[in-house]
Amino acid sequence: MKTLNQASKLKKEVLIRLVQAFLTDNFEQKINDIPFDMRPKGSEIPFRCCIYKEREIIRERVIAGLGFEVGQDDEKTLLSEYAKKTIERENFKPSTMMTVLDTACTACSHSKIVVTELCKGCIAKACQSACKFNAIQIIDKKTVIDNSKCKKCKMCISACPYNAIAKISAPCEDVCPVDAIGKDEKGITKINFDKCILCGKCIASCPFAAVHERSQIIDILKEIKNKKKVIAMVAPAIVGQFPGTFFQLKSAIKQIGFYDVVEVAQGADVTIQNEAKEFEHKMNSGQPFMTSSCCAGYLRLVENTLPDLKPFVSDTKTPLYYTAEIVKEKYPDCVAVFISPCISKKYESCKNDKVNYALNFEELGAIFVAKQIDVLNCQPDTDNNENITPHARKFPIAGGVFKAVSNSVKNIEAKPVIINNLDKKNIALLSSFAKNKKCPTGNLVEVMCCQGGCINGNATISTTNSAIKKIEELVSKDESENS
Amino acid sequence: MKKVITVKICLGTTCFVMGAAKLQEKLKSVLEKYGDSVDVKPVNCLNICANTDTQYAKAPYVMVDNDIISEATVEKIINKIEKGY
Repeated sequence: MKTLNQASKLKKEVLIRLVQAFLTDNFEQKINDIPFDMRPKGSEIPFRCCIYKEREIIRERVIAGLGFEVGQDDEKTLLSEYAKKTIERENFKPSTMMTVLDTACTACSHSKIVVTELCKGCIAKACQSACKFNAIQIIDKKTVIDNSKCKKCKMCISACPYNAIAKISAPCEDVCPVDAIGKDEKGITKINFDKCILCGKCIASCPFAAVHERSQIIDILKEIKNKKKVIAMVAPAIVGQFPGTFFQLKSAIKQIGFYDVVEVAQGADVTIQNEAKEFEHKMNSGQPFMTSSCCAGYLRLVENTLPDLKPFVSDTKTPLYYTAEIVKEKYPDCVAVFISPCISKKYESCKNDKVNYALNFEELGAIFVAKQIDVLNCQPDTDNNENITPHARKFPIAGGVFKAVSNSVKNIEAKPVIINNLDKKNIALLSSFAKNKKCPTGNLVEVMCCQGGCINGNATISTTNSAIKKIEELVSKDESENS
Repeated sequence: MKKVITVKICLGTTCFVMGAAKLQEKLKSVLEKYGDSVDVKPVNCLNICANTDTQYAKAPYVMVDNDIISEATVEKIINKIEKGY
């Protein structure tokens, strides 16, 4: 996902400091120091009006890093009190996955098209003829936009020869595919979680880094510190997200203190077999098409916005579901942690009783940095290799789910429809499938919320190209060893 | 013969996580125009951040010949190559 470098770096720095503070003997004192350590007396004020606001925003980032809802913060509670609550609580799962930092949000105004004073009131009126929605009137010789009719298509902007028309943007609102972003009376962004599909686009797009995930990072480190048997279940998308080989990465994760590292690709192999059988059965009984069911963002979309599509969604469980079953059977008393590429899968983890916590790739990276673990220096860990198929390894690449499932379908022709990136256009397309109860271009529809698949989830670290390359390398290594 | 400038991108875990992963790909395509006169090398940890416990905040690090660039961006690296600062 396209992220804004400096904004995402700042969030990572706070997470690293949070983990460092936890690793000391004096968590509560050290956590109070974080805003002051990051903006010490007399230091440069890089972003905001004054050093006090800088520190307050960092304080709010720490609160989100501890998993709390920043909107409920009263500004006078010390970070040490939040830290204490974090240490005392058990089995924490956040009620909402994200939180908006009130102080960091600059209350960008609603997205709209405006006519600036550059408008000369010309004869041509190219803006008016360009508008398909009849939203442009000429009043006192100047262009005026009727916002109730305007669809923000920007045709008038490109038509004006004087560059007199501009779009005012609220980046979070612009990227939200389901109109879940609203503003309160002060203009601060509010997320409507009844609509939100947890695509993570607002997190990645806010130039002020004001939308945070509510993290479980300290809860997980706490379980490790308390000598619990903590198992990391790594998403197949993790391959290529860190330097070194996948086997070095497994060993690096164990160095953090995880008892075992289990690949969710294992569960993907179960999903593939079940989904293939289900597909054959459903096509034979006359169902016109079936969609995949592994993307949690897509399932939220169906649940919230497109209930009519529900009968066409596969009933097969996700790779994470099957993996958690395998893990809890092998280690009944374990704490199972899903290592996730995105926020929607964190939500799925919250809803699954067999998954205790979730950690995303960036958070895992923050732990590596704080503990100074360099993956490149780790000895490869080749324990319990579970004979994972190449198809399961390629599950997180767009098109991978279709290829895997269709490969296991024996008696029917599976015709692909690949939808990756749940933007407004693709949501409209899915909606038309639901409405017409048919899919004109194929019968097996793969839906992934992120463009390019899970390897481009909102918390990924590498580019999709390099991730694909690393996955291919791992697959060919597996194949050469098995032949 | 023209002098070859070496650009080393640190791919230690810290730099990788703090942005080198995406930077390396961008750099490869942007620096193509220099042909053989600029040599881009992804390298194992340059050990710059290891010296103090908060230097990670200035990652990712890149070395252009013998000069260290902190919080490296494509722009900073091109400036260094073209103007020497």
